[in-house]
Amino acid sequence: MTSGLAQTAPPSPEHAPGSGVAWLERAGVGLLLWIGIALIGVPLLLTLYLSVFDEKLILFPPHGYTLTWYAAILPNFAQPILTSLELGAAAVIGSLLLGIPAGIGLSRHRFRGRGAVSTLLLAPLTVPGIALGLAIYVMLVSIDEQFGSMITGSMIGLVLAHVMIATPWVVRLCLASLTNHERSAEEAAASLGAGPLTVIWRVTLPAMRPGIIAGALFAFVISFENLELALFLTSPGVTTLPVAVLQYLEYHIDPLVSAVAVAQTVGIAALLLVLDRFVRLGQVVR
Amino acid sequence: MNGSASLTLQDLTKHFGAHAAVCDVALEVEPGELIVLLGPSGCSKTTTLRLIAGFVAPTGGDIRLDGRSIVAQPPHRREMGIVFQSYALFPHLTVARNVAFGLEMRRMTAAATEARVAEMLRMVKLETLAARLPRELSGGQQQRVALARALAIHPRLLLLDEPLSNLDAALRQDMAREIRILQRAGGITTIMVTHDQTEAMALADRLVVMHEGRVQQIGTPEAIHARPANPFVARFIGGSNILAGRLGGSRRLVLADGAVLTLAGRYADSNEATLAVRPDSVHLLAPDGNARAEGEVELCTWLGSVVEHVVRLGPDTTILTRGPALGRDAVRRHPPGTHVALAWEQDEERLFDADGNALAASVTMEETSHA
Repeated sequence: MTSGLAQTAPPSPEHAPGSGVAWLERAGVGLLLWIGIALIGVPLLLTLYLSVFDEKLILFPPHGYTLTWYAAILPNFAQPILTSLELGAAAVIGSLLLGIPAGIGLSRHRFRGRGAVSTLLLAPLTVPGIALGLAIYVMLVSIDEQFGSMITGSMIGLVLAHVMIATPWVVRLCLASLTNHERSAEEAAASLGAGPLTVIWRVTLPAMRPGIIAGALFAFVISFENLELALFLTSPGVTTLPVAVLQYLEYHIDPLVSAVAVAQTVGIAALLLVLDRFVRLGQVVR
Repeated sequence: MNGSASLTLQDLTKHFGAHAAVCDVALEVEPGELIVLLGPSGCSKTTTLRLIAGFVAPTGGDIRLDGRSIVAQPPHRREMGIVFQSYALFPHLTVARNVAFGLEMRRMTAAATEARVAEMLRMVKLETLAARLPRELSGGQQQRVALARALAIHPRLLLLDEPLSNLDAALRQDMAREIRILQRAGGITTIMVTHDQTEAMALADRLVVMHEGRVQQIGTPEAIHARPANPFVARFIGGSNILAGRLGGSRRLVLADGAVLTLAGRYADSNEATLAVRPDSVHLLAPDGNARAEGEVELCTWLGSVVEHVVRLGPDTTILTRGPALGRDAVRRHPPGTHVALAWEQDEERLFDADGNALAASVTMEETSHA
């Protein structure tokens, strides 16, 4: 992740350094780079700026600045935050349980229907979240009608939906971490007396570690930030943070939402930075 | 120790779909013997090794270890030590843990494991690197770890898949010697795969030359070098000149482009025949009408210790000769364009019929009686 910038402008051997064309090229690349940084950075900075306004409504310029909005996050959103954290954790566990074996199977074995399984596992990436949310909602309602169950609006429905959208990421990252890994290490382990399950446990899974960690992280972030699916699947008792923020916005326009956004961004960025120290995410996510 | 098992391959066959990768390979390996499977890339020697290891299931035939069939056994029950071309060390484990892996699988006690690991690392001279990770080692060191790891389990069979091909030339010879010494010391029956004939010659008790999934010849390096069984082996092992033509009379070989050679031996008339003669068996003479062939030097190359001449015999035919550049028998260097005669001894020439079977010189008796 951190190494991304260094690769943007490879030196072009065709042009002598300092020549007009090379200068233009470098200036062009630099310009695009700064436009990119601005597009990402300006909204973040504005959000950060708004979150410290000492105002009930968003007025410009503000009377003064305060950190009270940050203190108000927990009293207002404690339950949704807890729900989102639980949901994120469940999505991570569920998607790893599905995604790791799928990754191993897809990369290590050639079987009939392999292409179909691969497409199916990655398909949720291609369907718009709103469409997916609606479809799942309709399905859950009809299941409930059929069997008299109460899945709609329950945690179970949310978890299943989040596992579904998180799994493709886990599968992709696990596959990526195995493509660089040599098959022969597993054969070596087998020749040394390791049975098939021992080989997976002692050789394959350790080799997949960066992919698994990155996959877990992505699964968590995808789940934690998801609004589209949650819109359909939450209910008064079970509300995730993004849905709670949206509902809050319907009645209040004050800087609290900005404070939530900043806190969430900082939290996830910190998570990424810490993880990047353990596994070089840049090597797994390409 | 169970380091000296005998291995039998009986009509071993492997088809991948319609493609026959390994065809009726038959081989008896004595306990403690080092066998090298030699052949060009894609000749299925590695597939043969993988069949023995159990990574690939044979389509037909049998593999027996000490007389007992192991075809039904999964790889992890075969007790074979394998060294892969890429070494295949476990990247997340230290050198010592890599070597210990097979011992842990055998539920050896911690103390015994540690002692065996230390013994193996001492043997491959890596005691000081026990705590390193594989990526911190050079290619040669990784190779030695792989060897130590394979030997630690007292394998019944040691399988080496192109073990030297990723090393640079200088290291390769050291490593080849080291492998030979370790293998000899342990008396471990070993099958090695390589495409490098020098390496094969240096290491093998017996060579198995393979081509297109079939065994071409089995024998000691000396025997195969001296008496290749067919034109393929002759070219692959000795780098022999291969000249195809028709026998015209018992000693004349008429090549397709009209060039005529006088053979050293007499052969029963066979219509088509192919001559194989190694470059270092062909001597350059001044033309005197008594030569096996005559031609014009096309290229003279000096390679330090040897001199090579390419001599054109006919429009489509050249022959390569090689001789020492130094010493008493040093070959004179002939500039391109020189007319030269070529000669070789009878026991240096090999003649094959159209099916690639060696033809015996039938009238050797008569010639020996002259002498």
